[in-house]
Amino acid sequence: MKEKFDAIVVGAGPAGNAAAYTLAKAGLSVLQIERGEYPGSKNVQGAILYSDALEKMIPDFREDAPLERHVIEQRQWVLSKDSYVGAHYRSDAFNHEPYNRYTIIRAQFDKWFSSKVREAGALVICETTVDHLIMDGEQVVGVQCDREHGDVYADVVILADGVNSVLARKAGFHGEIEAANVALAVKEILFMPEETIQERFNIGEEEGVVIEMIGSITDGMMGTGFLYTNKESLTIGVGCMLSDFKTSPNRTSPYAMLEQMKRHPSIAPLIAGGEMKEYCAHLIPEGGYRAVPKVAGNGWMIAGDSGGFVNAVHREGSNLAMTTGRVAAETYIEARAAGKPMTEATLRAYPEKLKNSFVMKDLHKYRDMPQIFHHNKQFFTTYPDLVNDAARTMLTVDGVDKKTKEKAVMSSFRKARGLPGMFGDAFKFWRAVR
Amino acid sequence: MHIVVCIKQVPDSAQIRVHPVTNTIMRQGVPAIVNPYDLFALEEALRLKDRFGGRVTVLCMGPPQAEDSLRKCVSFGADDAILVTDRAFAGADTLATSYALASAIRQIGREQAVDLVFTGKQTVDGDTAQVGPGIAKRLGLQLLTYVSRIVELDMDAKKIVIERRAEGGVQVLRTAVPCLITMLENTNELRFASMPSMINAARVPIRRWNKDDAGIEDIEKIGLKGSPTVVSKVFGPTPRTEKAEMLAVEESSLRDVSLNLIQRLFTRHPGLEQQLLERSDA
Repeated sequence: MKEKFDAIVVGAGPAGNAAAYTLAKAGLSVLQIERGEYPGSKNVQGAILYSDALEKMIPDFREDAPLERHVIEQRQWVLSKDSYVGAHYRSDAFNHEPYNRYTIIRAQFDKWFSSKVREAGALVICETTVDHLIMDGEQVVGVQCDREHGDVYADVVILADGVNSVLARKAGFHGEIEAANVALAVKEILFMPEETIQERFNIGEEEGVVIEMIGSITDGMMGTGFLYTNKESLTIGVGCMLSDFKTSPNRTSPYAMLEQMKRHPSIAPLIAGGEMKEYCAHLIPEGGYRAVPKVAGNGWMIAGDSGGFVNAVHREGSNLAMTTGRVAAETYIEARAAGKPMTEATLRAYPEKLKNSFVMKDLHKYRDMPQIFHHNKQFFTTYPDLVNDAARTMLTVDGVDKKTKEKAVMSSFRKARGLPGMFGDAFKFWRAVR
Repeated sequence: MHIVVCIKQVPDSAQIRVHPVTNTIMRQGVPAIVNPYDLFALEEALRLKDRFGGRVTVLCMGPPQAEDSLRKCVSFGADDAILVTDRAFAGADTLATSYALASAIRQIGREQAVDLVFTGKQTVDGDTAQVGPGIAKRLGLQLLTYVSRIVELDMDAKKIVIERRAEGGVQVLRTAVPCLITMLENTNELRFASMPSMINAARVPIRRWNKDDAGIEDIEKIGLKGSPTVVSKVFGPTPRTEKAEMLAVEESSLRDVSLNLIQRLFTRHPGLEQQLLERSDA
């Protein structure tokens, strides 16, 4: 018997769940296929949940979603070997419902999200890998799974199979992933009693802090570190471009980098006594705007990490995944209602919609950033050190007058980068983030 | 032939964590799986169905989310799945559980007579191996525990011959059907579900029975009330205070390492050297 669905969604991460949920809510027949043992078993994220993207689908998600703490304070740290210069923003505005951001634990969150998908009426199948797309000429008409009688058909297939989308590559929708376009991130979840977390981070029950870090912790590579407060645990992690790990002169491995980071004198006291509960690693597509492949064709659309939808600057990914998943689903729903064939010409509406949304607008804004940072590692090495040295010089009271100290600081900058170099860097930085 | 397989949804013991402060099991975020031993029971039942025809009904008592485990069993080929779920069952120990499951099997038998009941040899979360025998006793079924192989089944003569693992050997037993079999692990290899079977399992409605549907007659015998077992204390094993010591071997020869090791042993256990010397003299 030939099974045919309105839509098949490959993958049960935020993008796949958003797509399957939206389609099922519209009353369509949906088959969602996940290769992991259960939805969420293969998924890794920092993890911060941005309410907006989820709210657009499930307005009352706060009622039963497993959320850890809402974020009331963000700290940006620039680190040298033994110090940091930081900017903190804390606001009581973040302490009023509806909260804007939460820390979450993905294993729990994904289970919840998937239960919503099933309640909405989608069929969810796990432990099943999609091996190939079934083509009828140029048109994708279904998927072939790694099980007996594994062919299943659909009007449209939404690929939400993650950063290393083997399926899209096999089908020739995009090429091999390039080491320069993906970051390799590692993280640990450290158990810590609630009260200890609240005391250490100066927060109340349910309140959370996010620390984003840049500087010496990445050993000269392009990357960032992070520390998040969960209810009864801390998440600490670091990620750098895969290409940088490959060419690292110190042959630094990701886990060694994380261990080093945990020993940093500014970080160690915050995590002291934490008992490791979980360790994971994952690739993050950080190629940005220019690395986004073609995301719609005859009978197929790509959403989430497999489409490279990650805003590396603002550490946003899951919200882009949910949004692209939802928009892909809506594109199909509208096209179907209009009685259009699911050809590339029809489904091109999907990237068009993304172009007009924050997804592509944000990626476009930072389109030059990856290239600039790849070739200007001073933003991750020299400048953090200079800034930290300057702070130390200015804040050490030793009988030297402030004018002389200022001169010393200026000269350290000039010596390190030269005047034209500094102007150049300022321009590059502006170009990267404008 | 009608076979009932009893399964339990358990936390994946490989991924379980103990709360460092309270010493209780942290179930949050730990995936729930079908008790691994039960899958050998299911596979054996499915093999009998393949050979003799008939139906396999899976039965589970547990919270509503145990439905996932039943779906999994359906994906492997079970024909029917029943979830016995009711707040009244909460807090059940093995005595109350076997009472409830026995009632449910009696109910199932009213729809179609039951020839065989299968369970796993025990669960991985309780490790008691009591529920299977408890059901057999209540239903007046012949009980075959730790079964490793079904040698012969004659449905006309209502006879079954099995092998069971016993201390020091294998027993070959013959008994009358209907009977209850608790299946030993690693006795068969679970099949790989086909795609249509997976889709069917995701789609099929799982029957839910409350305590009345399950035919519970005496509510004093279910849930916490019917459970005489009391957990008096939970504690983790005492961690060893002694730390392992690493000996560097890179730079030294095997002989050096051995001598070094012996030296350390003697230092740690004063008197050991003397004892050994005395023994070799004697």
